[in-house]
Formats: sequence, structure tokens, C-alpha cells
Amino acid sequence: MEPNYQHLYEILANSQGYIFPNEIDLQWGILIVVYPFVTGLVAGAFILASLERVFKDKILKPTYQIALLTALSFLLVATLPLISHLSQPQRAYEIMITPHGSSAMAIFGFVYLWYLMVVLLLEIWFDYRHSMVVWADEKKGIMKWVYRILTLGLSDISPRTLTWDRKLGYFITVVGIPSAFILHGYVGFIFGSIKANPWWSTPLMPIIFLFSAMVSGISMVMLIYMVVSYIRTKTMDINVLDSIGKYLFFVLILDFTIEGLDQIHRIYEAEESFETIKLLVEGKLYLTLFISQGLIGTIIPLIVLAFLQFYKGKIKLRKTLYFIIGILVLIGVYSMRWNVVIGGQLFSKSFSGFTSFKVGLIGLDGTLMAAFWLILPFGILAFLLWLLPPWKMVQEEE
Amino acid sequence: MGNERVKSSRRKFLKSAATASVAIVGYTWLKSSQFLIHAAEPEDKNLPWYGIVIDIEKCIGCGMCAKACKNENDVPAEPFFFRTWVEQYTVKNDGSVEIISPNGGIDGFKQTVPDEDIFKSYFVPKMCNHCAKSPCDQVCPVGATYTSPEGVVLIDEKYCIGCRYCVQACPYGCRFIHPEKKVANKCTLCYHRIKKGLAPACMENCPTGSRMYGNLRDSNSEIVKFLKEHTTQVLRPNLNTGSKLYYNALSSEVR
Amino acid sequence: MKFYIPPQLTRLALAFAIFITLFIVLRNLLVPDTFGQYGHYRGDSLIDNQQPEIHYSGQEACLDCHQEIEDMKQTDVHNTIRCEVCHGPGEKHVSSGDAADISKPDSREFCGVCHEKNAARRQSTIVQIRLSEHNTGKKCIECHNPHQPWEMKE
Repeated sequence: MEPNYQHLYEILANSQGYIFPNEIDLQWGILIVVYPFVTGLVAGAFILASLERVFKDKILKPTYQIALLTALSFLLVATLPLISHLSQPQRAYEIMITPHGSSAMAIFGFVYLWYLMVVLLLEIWFDYRHSMVVWADEKKGIMKWVYRILTLGLSDISPRTLTWDRKLGYFITVVGIPSAFILHGYVGFIFGSIKANPWWSTPLMPIIFLFSAMVSGISMVMLIYMVVSYIRTKTMDINVLDSIGKYLFFVLILDFTIEGLDQIHRIYEAEESFETIKLLVEGKLYLTLFISQGLIGTIIPLIVLAFLQFYKGKIKLRKTLYFIIGILVLIGVYSMRWNVVIGGQLFSKSFSGFTSFKVGLIGLDGTLMAAFWLILPFGILAFLLWLLPPWKMVQEEE
Repeated sequence: MGNERVKSSRRKFLKSAATASVAIVGYTWLKSSQFLIHAAEPEDKNLPWYGIVIDIEKCIGCGMCAKACKNENDVPAEPFFFRTWVEQYTVKNDGSVEIISPNGGIDGFKQTVPDEDIFKSYFVPKMCNHCAKSPCDQVCPVGATYTSPEGVVLIDEKYCIGCRYCVQACPYGCRFIHPEKKVANKCTLCYHRIKKGLAPACMENCPTGSRMYGNLRDSNSEIVKFLKEHTTQVLRPNLNTGSKLYYNALSSEVR
Repeated sequence: MKFYIPPQLTRLALAFAIFITLFIVLRNLLVPDTFGQYGHYRGDSLIDNQQPEIHYSGQEACLDCHQEIEDMKQTDVHNTIRCEVCHGPGEKHVSSGDAADISKPDSREFCGVCHEKNAARRQSTIVQIRLSEHNTGKKCIECHNPHQPWEMKE
């Protein structure tokens, strides 16, 4: 099939100033926006779960398993937008067999694998092992075997072994917190280490990614907790929401401060790329940066959350506010990913011009594909909640 | 008794199975000893180490280099894919700079600024800098981009996964994704020609001889003599890419 | 008392051992033979990169048949310009000998690519005219022999 260049001619006609001829086509599209967004949700959800376990925040207990399973469902999808965006996806395995030691992207494969296999799966396994053994005994037919395989054939539920489940699970959680930090900090490093791109290349990038990840993950778990409670027709515990809201408030302050620091630093140093980036921010990124990420995703939630710290109104109002804030924060973090990934490619590395970007609806790099990768984790989560229902777990006395 | 025999034969089987698996793992581990270790570039001093000189004073902006490159290397004719191209910089009297590169300069240049507004104007041919510390080579996750023992940055088209990280990492905009091959593509310094003793297509076809390549290790080579006698500069020296493309008479507006 | 190892750990160790073994075996099968021969890349790729066909055969190939044109060219200012600069890639013509396989550009625009007046071209380096003013309506080659530009025809 002959490649169609029509859209490239349109972009060329709409480009401003001078851009290098090879830069007219954007290399990374909406799928690469989805990728750090999804990975961020994983890290954020896991860190929320760890708060309960390591810092013994008992109020958060009802969200513990939900947060873990949310993290797992999004983690399973995290690499798929990346792989589907490759122009030779059938060669993706090379990244695991001949990883290039100096490439941030190659080492990400191992960071990902470590986090999936050693942290998340193990923590869930230790947490659910007792219940899975019991379920394997209760169920009949194929489900019996499914649970038996999930327990790795280990049916020992003597008190001593169960104590070890708790001890080892705790240990994994402790290891998991830095791992979650590394996982998402590393995504920031993939962008932050590109010295050719001044919009990306800042040592603060991993930290910015990390905090926005925590913000988005906390919001996502809060929303999922609300939706799951609604579907199960259980009243949601307002104390849980208040507690999550408090954490969200503090992390959001940190996130806002660090991103502000980054911008102030850029403005004050005003390096060679400054004029171009100023034009970019005031022009093509105005809506997504100032309105979507700044106002909707940060300022408004901050004000409302601050207000909710002092004023405890009607429960129904608070629930509604938390729900709206959760959505606003997610929109804000998604916009932040957009501003980084797309924004970093809109200006020419000659610092003399801009190209433009239009997302297509269909195609491998289109909106529908991106939407699919964003919806898929919810399907996986629904399945996991059915397979490993937190509310049917065997209660242990402590 | 019988039970005991079964047990011992099973133990034997387990033992030999364990030995076999240890042997397999050990063998494969030894064979893959470069696992996770970034292999260093071999430093064979007998091989040439290529650098490039572009003399801006000689360039007349005919675009023959860009045209010849496309012909020689089967680069699509559309104006979005270039291994080499020519830019015209025009510094106006008011201090603003206008840069153009219509179709990479292949169809020639039409002066866009009237003479009376021009402070100065010049052409700058661009191509891969074949950096010694190339950022594109650094970021390739699988080793599909590499620096050859002669210092030429090449692509393994059979191994490239098309992640486009290298395109992002090149500060000079010298890389693109080939629309038909669906892998990264860039200047190879006409590796297929220089290995046969022919000059790269762009240099072969430059009517004014403004481009030159040669062995930087050979103190008698023309390129080394040129570098000795002229004040040259690389692009974006602040990025420490180890660029081996040296420009003579480079003006400060160029990036 | 014997040192206690929780049964979970032995089970997990087994699972991980199987996983890692599988990974190593698969890796061993999948890594190309020449990978790592010279550095972190497929050594055979150096050979692959020498395979593309040559389209520009170079001045030497032209001189095998057209020495007289080169002699003529040497008497005038186009002496340093190699044949294929104007005539385009010649490999096909070299192997077939067919005149149809080489281009002979004769348009005013083609000459203008070098000789059209432009502020970025130095008058001392190259002679420039304005195509819109210089003998409009005539082809350049009606007066100038491209191989001997200053030996004016007429």
C-alpha cells in the first residue's frame, strides 16, 4: 500500500517559522500520552495501598485490596500502548533479550518486570493466599483448579505459615514503595534524559512524574472505591473518602509546588530555548497547560480540598465533591502527560518554528485505540474483583 | 522393597534432571555474559575514524547534495524525509533571522527577502553529524543503532523496532522513520560507497567541493590539514554530542 | 531446632527459578548469532549496510568512454564539476550504454539552481544572473555550451 502523505502536506502548510524537514511528522502520538498516564495510575494506586499497610492507616483498609487490584489491572496494560505504537511491534521482544545498557527505554523493561513480578504479584499473592486456599476447597469444577493453580499448589494454612504470609507481605510492601517510586520516576527519566529536547530535559522530570502519578493514582482509587460501593449497593464510608482526600490534598500541594519550581527555574534561567518555549506555552499549549492542567486539574481541586479540610458539610455534598474532584484531577494529570509528550514535539529543535498535531479518530495511533487502552484496565479490574473479591476474603484475627 | 526402588529411581531421575538443568542454565549464562553490560566500542587504531567538513563559504545552495542523496539511498521524494538538506539563513537589518529550506533545497532557492533588507545571508548544508558520543546511539533500546568501528553511525534495519526514541534524541533533526520500511533511517555517510572507495553521493555531487570527509586519525589526510588551517565549529557544542561534522565559517545564528 | 524456611518461599523460589530458566533459554535461542561481535549490535549489520546498490558510478566510470568531453571541460570554469552533478545517477547508463538511461537537463531552471542571483551566493564564487531578465525565452544552452560555458556559440 502506498503511504498517504496528505496529512503531512497539511501540517507542512500550517507550520510556523522554520522547522527541520524531518520534524514535520510527530513521532510520538496519543498512545505515548496514554502510556505514562496508565503507568502513573499504577504507581499512585500502589502507594495509596502501602499507606494502609506500612503506615498502619486503618481507615484506609477498605480500599487496600481495591488499590492493589487497580494497580495490577493498569500495570498489565501499561506496556501495551507502547508496543502497539511501535512500527515493528513483532520485534518488541528484542528489548528484553538485548537491552542496551545506556538506553532508558531498555532498562524500563526490567524495572517493569521487577515491579510486576516481585512487587505487585507477590504482595497480592501473600495477601490472598489464605483466601485462595479456602476458595479452592469450597469451589467445584474448573474454578477449584484455577484457585489451586493460583496458590501454586501450596495449601498450607497453618497459623505459623499464615504469620509468614503477613510478615513477607509487609516486607514486600516496604520494598514496593521505593519500587513504585522508581517505576514512575523512571518513566519521567525516559523523557527527562533527552538532552536534545529542552522541554523534557530537566532533572526534576522524574520527580514531577512521580508526584503527578501519586495524585492520579489516589484519585483513581477513590473513584473506583466509590463506583464499586455503588455497584455493590454498599454505603461508602465517608471517613475513607475524607482520609483519601487528605492525602490527595497534601500530594497535590507537593505536585503543584514542584511543577511551579520547574517553571520558575526555566523562566529565570531563560536558556537558548526560552523564547521558543514561551511561545509554545502561550500558544499551542495554552488550553491544555493553563486551563486544563493548571486551573481544572490543580487549582480548583486544591481550593475545594482545602475547603473540605476545615468545613465538614453534609455527607452527600462531600461525596459529590470528592467524586467531581477525582475526575478533575484525572483530567489535569492526563493533560500534563499531553503537555509533556505532545508539547515537547511541537517546537522545532532549531528553536525557530512549530509544527502542529491533529489526532486521528481511527488507525493504530488514533483516539479509539487510545480509548481502548484506557478502558481495558477497567475490564481487567472487573474480572479481578470477580476472581479475587476483597469482600469475600477470609478474615484473620490479629 | 518395591516402594523403596521406585523412590530411589525417582531420586536418580530428579538428580540427573537437576544436573542437566544446571548445565543448560550455566551454559546459556556464560554465552550471554554481556547480559545487561553495555559493550564498549572496540578501539581499533588501524581503522579510519571518519569526520566530515562542510565549508559554508563554498556552498552555493544548489541542493545537488540533497538530490543526489535521495537518488542514491532510495529516500522517498516527499519533502518530509531527508538524510541531508540545505538551509538558507537570512539575517535582516532589523536583526531578525529568516530560515528557509524549501523541499530541502532540492529545487533550488528563491531569494525571499529583498536585497535592501538583508544584513547577510548564507547557506548551511545539514546532515548527520556522526557524533562520537551520539545521543541517538545512546538511547536505542535494542542496539539497532550503533557506531561502526569507523565512527559511522548506522542503523540495523532488520533489528530496529521502530520506537522512534532515536528520532527524539537527535538534536539535529537528522533522523526520520522510513515510511515504507517502517524503521528509523538516516545518513550512513554512504557506507556502501565509502567501503568501495567511492565518495558519499552528496560529496561526489557537490559542484563546489564544499563537503569533504576523511580519516581524523591520519595526520596527513586532507581533512586534518583543513581542520588545522581553518577555524571550525560544530553544531550545538553545549550538548557534548562529540559531533564529527565540522563547519568552516559557521555563523552564530545556526542551530 | 532446624532453621525454619516458610513453605511459601520455597514454592516461590521454584516458580522464579522456572521463570528465569525459561527466560535465559529463550534469550539464548533468540539473540542473533553475530550480536555483540563488535559492540552492542548485530555484527552482520555492518555487511547489510554495504549491500545497497550504487546509483552514482563516479567520475572514473564516465571517463572510460567520454574522455573528449572531459578534455573540453578542463579548458573552462566547469572543470571541477563532475559529470553526474548535472547528468544525474549514471550507473544504469554505464551498464547499458544506452543514451536514454542518462538525463541531459536543458531547462533554464536547471541552470538557475546554481546561477540564479541570490544574496547568499558570493559573486566571486559563482557567476549569477536573473532568470527573469537574462535573455528570457531562450534556453541557456543556445548560447552556452555547458561543458565550455564561456566559449559562446553563435
